[in-house]
Amino acid sequence: MKFNRREFIGTGVAAVATLSAPTVLADGHGKPKVVVIGGGAGGATAARYLAKDSKGAIDVTLVEPSRTYFTCFFSNLYLGGFKELDDIGHTYGTIAAKYGVNVVHDWAVGVDRDKKVVTLASGAKLPYDKLILSPGIDFVEGAVDGWSVASQNAMPHAYKAGSQTELLKAQIAAMPEGGTFAMVAPPNPYRCPPGPYERISMVAHVLKATNPTAKIIIADPKEKFSKMALFQEGWANHYAGMVDWIGSDFGGSDVSVDPSAMTVTIDGEETQVDVCNVIPAMKAGRIAEIAGVTDGNWAPVNAMDMSSKADADVYVLGDASQQGDMPKSGFSANSQAKVCANAVRGALTGSKVFPAKFSNTCWSLIATNDGVKVGATYEATPEKIAKIDGFISATGENSATRMATYEESVGWYAGISADMFG
Amino acid sequence: MTWLKTLLLATLSLLFLQSASAEQLGDVEAGKEVFGQCEGCHQVGNGARDRIGPHLNGIFGRKAGAHERYGYSKSMKRASVDGLVWNIETLNSYIENPRVFVSKTRMAFDGMADPVDRANLLAYLRIFSDNPSDIPEAEPTAFGSDRDIDPAILALEGDPEYGEYLSNECLTCHQLDGSAEGIPSITQWPQEDFVLAMHAYKKKLRTHPVMQMMAGRLSNEEIAALAAYFKDLE
Repeated sequence: MKFNRREFIGTGVAAVATLSAPTVLADGHGKPKVVVIGGGAGGATAARYLAKDSKGAIDVTLVEPSRTYFTCFFSNLYLGGFKELDDIGHTYGTIAAKYGVNVVHDWAVGVDRDKKVVTLASGAKLPYDKLILSPGIDFVEGAVDGWSVASQNAMPHAYKAGSQTELLKAQIAAMPEGGTFAMVAPPNPYRCPPGPYERISMVAHVLKATNPTAKIIIADPKEKFSKMALFQEGWANHYAGMVDWIGSDFGGSDVSVDPSAMTVTIDGEETQVDVCNVIPAMKAGRIAEIAGVTDGNWAPVNAMDMSSKADADVYVLGDASQQGDMPKSGFSANSQAKVCANAVRGALTGSKVFPAKFSNTCWSLIATNDGVKVGATYEATPEKIAKIDGFISATGENSATRMATYEESVGWYAGISADMFG
Repeated sequence: MTWLKTLLLATLSLLFLQSASAEQLGDVEAGKEVFGQCEGCHQVGNGARDRIGPHLNGIFGRKAGAHERYGYSKSMKRASVDGLVWNIETLNSYIENPRVFVSKTRMAFDGMADPVDRANLLAYLRIFSDNPSDIPEAEPTAFGSDRDIDPAILALEGDPEYGEYLSNECLTCHQLDGSAEGIPSITQWPQEDFVLAMHAYKKKLRTHPVMQMMAGRLSNEEIAALAAYFKDLE
């Protein structure tokens, strides 16, 4: 049986082609220019794929302030002592040298969408034909009563990996015997839905070994959370009596903190704590707002190519985007980046644009060799990125399965790192 | 057999039974160096193929002379019929003096006298046998039923360009350069094996939930495209 690709993706290609094909090749001189802002799972992947697949036909500039980028994913494993900080740090040398991406370590501070120019903190101006924003998250001001970014040294968020994560780890190590670790968990939607609870697991893992009479309390504005049954089972199995989760039903949404006194007040009851990890409500990274592509806290996008609903020449990837059913995760951002890169390259060079496919899997570590995962596949619909199918680890799985899941997550980390940074 | 060899073998076998961990058989790193004497003829690891000698992936527990497409000597075929299975003991003896063990073997190797070298070599080879990261998802339960597939599906000619695009989704986990830590390499996987495996996931004969989900939404043509792309990767 002879098979012809057009027969089965014909409609998808046609639909995408009407949007993307004829805008080809900016202003006549020079190569088409793409500026990517943010060098995480979305931006680094998009930049690398655009440069790699266009084979030099597109001029790709990646703007990322950090010279060494620490991934948020696996930063909890650093807190738990399973990884060194260096293990989750990456640089952009390969993206620049091997793939020819022009990497600029600076902050993007302005976007003029009419003139199609990005302004950097240095004052430099970067013209673009297509702009890809992958700025991750910022915090909603005033989201947790008593906390602001100015108090992040007393009460770290550690939700952008690096020095904040180091600080939190040091504070945990310095807890007095029998001390209290508190977390203020974020409301939906936020980066890495299982992240706060994997973090609790990793903190408990450390405290069980070093400070077994210590306590952990979590004030949570939600009634339930990602992989809840799996985490609660794991906490009971590994850290019995240590973790006290206070959901919104029990006053977890009524929280205030005092960073100078190191107190947390939950439902009117004040508690003196030794470490307080405040993870506030989140919104799209600031440059998305500056670019004027946000609606409320996030930037709405079209599912088929991640283009902004506000501007067909601007794309928003990952946590900052509002796309539908995908969780805000590094895996999702990486998946979206590849769909976006394919569409952008098609629009700028006339290369073939294939229909969008998205997927995500989130692994979490509960204790040594006790890994769990949740994942799903997604498709682009006219309204949103819609979930097709999914799975989740089961409670009561045997230890061999859990260990294999953890080993798989280690493999995934190596895979996605190579996919992002080359 | 001298007492020393007997002792070594006994020790090796004991360790092997206790933990089945390659490191304890001998030194894997040192074994990798020893394998330098073999690699003129044998390949092992990701993408290993039969060359002058058969590839050695999965050699432990493999029936001797079992590689269908490899031209074994009559002696090796006979040994196979006689029930020779490669394990720590049989491999150790064979490598020590191939022609003593299988008289007219085609393996033109004079033998490895040093028991430590052999232990190290076997430790190294062992990695490529039961470690799932080097054997693409070899679920024992999947065997036999993988092949139950419409020949028309196997005959589909995939479009490698479409496969390259689709492969982007695989590469979040599977590394292009063939590294395999916790997640197997699929680079240079033979086309037919690839198609069979993906359809086995699609039909949920293979058990891995992520792969069931990923394969579940791939059409027959998309699977063919992926197989066509991955087989020729450098």
